[in-house]
Amino acid sequence: MLTIKNLHASIEGTPILRGINLEVKAGEVHAIMGPNGSGKSTLASVLAGREEYEVTEGEVIFKGKDLLELAPEDRAREGVFLAFQYPVEIPGVSTTNFLRTAVNQVREYRGLPALDAVKFLSVMKEKMKLVEIDQKLLSRSLNEGFSGGEKKRNEIFQMAMLEPTLSILDETDSGLDIDALRIVSNGVNQLKSDKTATIVVTHYQRLLDYIVPDYVHVIYNGRIVKSGTKELAMELEEKGYDWIKEEVNAASV
Amino acid sequence: MTTTIKNNLLDSILSQVVSNPSFSELRATSRLLLEKNGLPAIKEEEYKFTGITKKLENSISDFSLAKKSDLNSKTVQSHVFEGFEGDILVFNNGFYDKELSSVSQNGYIFSLITDAKPELLGKIAAKEKDPFVALNNASFQDGVYLKIPKNQKVENPILFLFLNQSNGGQVIQPRILIEVEENAEVTFLEDNISLDDKAYFSNTVTEIKVGQNSQVHYNRLQNESKNAISVNNTETDIHRDAVFTSVVVSLSGDMVRNNLSLNLLDSGCEGNMYGLYLLNGKTHVDNHTNVDHTKPHAQSNELYKGVLADSSRGVFNGKIFVRQDAQKTNAFQQNNNILLSEDAIVNTKPQLEIWADDVKCSHGCTTGQLDEEALFYLRARGLGKEQARGMLLYAFTGEVMDHISDEAFQNHVVNIVQTRLGSNF
Repeated sequence: MLTIKNLHASIEGTPILRGINLEVKAGEVHAIMGPNGSGKSTLASVLAGREEYEVTEGEVIFKGKDLLELAPEDRAREGVFLAFQYPVEIPGVSTTNFLRTAVNQVREYRGLPALDAVKFLSVMKEKMKLVEIDQKLLSRSLNEGFSGGEKKRNEIFQMAMLEPTLSILDETDSGLDIDALRIVSNGVNQLKSDKTATIVVTHYQRLLDYIVPDYVHVIYNGRIVKSGTKELAMELEEKGYDWIKEEVNAASV
Repeated sequence: MTTTIKNNLLDSILSQVVSNPSFSELRATSRLLLEKNGLPAIKEEEYKFTGITKKLENSISDFSLAKKSDLNSKTVQSHVFEGFEGDILVFNNGFYDKELSSVSQNGYIFSLITDAKPELLGKIAAKEKDPFVALNNASFQDGVYLKIPKNQKVENPILFLFLNQSNGGQVIQPRILIEVEENAEVTFLEDNISLDDKAYFSNTVTEIKVGQNSQVHYNRLQNESKNAISVNNTETDIHRDAVFTSVVVSLSGDMVRNNLSLNLLDSGCEGNMYGLYLLNGKTHVDNHTNVDHTKPHAQSNELYKGVLADSSRGVFNGKIFVRQDAQKTNAFQQNNNILLSEDAIVNTKPQLEIWADDVKCSHGCTTGQLDEEALFYLRARGLGKEQARGMLLYAFTGEVMDHISDEAFQNHVVNIVQTRLGSNF
């Protein structure tokens, strides 16, 4: 589904990603871990098309298409979804309102008929249950005055509405209490299928108790320096990142 | 003051005024003021960002007073917005057009200013404060006087439809006096439309007395041609427990100057001022507002928002006076701007003068670009770039349009704004 080859990216001339290679197949869950500043969130942002980042080398193929050639909206329409680390507050725009436009844009691109107001509402009600989100919240200004947990639940709700094939969760677990984490993970798990894939970017192993990954990758200094299964995440939890840094540094001497 | 303009504009206007026995004192004293002070030059503080005198000098030669132009009911109908129900007062180059207007006088009393000779005329708008008020005083040719009697609620809104075209002369000076008596309620709508693209100068004075415990809404849309130069002077006297709300939406024109003054004369009254300017090309819109708190327990709210593209220019100047007697005043003011181009400019200036010591006053202004992070967020959900931008700008402007008190008029304004925001401006 997704093939990343030798991806290099920089921001304002500073290289952040220095040769990422990753293969994600349908049905898989990949966790991306790593110390702060290693490039985890940059990878998520580059995949979603954030324009501050400049890709200097490498390629990303998504369902046979050159992802890097596509505008952010076309990536979304193709089925890439990024759950933001810091969801943006937009005064005057309600979730319901903007999402109806978004869903219908995406449907049009995929050759599906637009949802009318009634149908949209019934789909919405069904998806709301997934993340236990209240309709009142969705008719308020987008994320404005939402708690951290409400913002993250709203991200997963939007993901459910847009039905992506590749979901990228950028530190969706950061700042969540256990209850919110359980609700958010539950939503993500219910949306998984053998036709979709998920990339979970996280700082904490705790999330992986709820969303169980097939593969765990560790990014350090802009490269994937170690890959394994969920046992790797447990090892990281126990031992921290220092041993990986030492390994990498020793190898580069 | 510039000598040329004094000779050119003032002399030609004043010399063309047919000697009129009505309001001779008002006209004579205003004329004296004008002859003494002239029209404002750029060095005058109140007009330092808006060189309207120079603009007039450069855009119009051979000033002539407006005459009625050919206008038929079909043209009028085509400029009445959809869904409107109520009376229409049509102004043809500033002249009230009896044939084309529909005046039921349902709940109000209508007369021409020259017939009724109302005492109040010229008493609310201060000619000493602004030379354009004095100019209108000295040379207005026609106007209307509306009176809403005590305890009367006017059910339908009253629409002032100003249809302007310069082939009948370029100096258009309508005059409106509205007297709302105790416990009355009324909504006014005003639409300013150019029927051709030639330059003209419109200088309007609207005086409103908002009587005790009455409620008055005044919603104004300015969407004139790219060559129209207009000055609008609106001054209101707001009496005890009365509420006055003004919404001014400015979408087009060459240079537009709005002078809006609210005199809160007694306790318990409330003045609200909302404004939106959505500018492109070289349009220049200046909103000068003034709210004067004179007695305790009154409040004022003000919110002006602007979106500026190309090399357009916006000016906001908001004065709030809180007199020594006006304890327990609440006065809030906010001005927010989004600049869409590097060549667009906004000059914003809050001006608070507070002599009372137990008041709540706040003001704030912001000027920035469109939020790139918000734009990316919406695009990452599948919205096209233009659509995402339109949605963000619409959300920004909606807060002002929400205050338009008539639904059909609100829809009309929203439609124009949405069309503008959805396209590339």
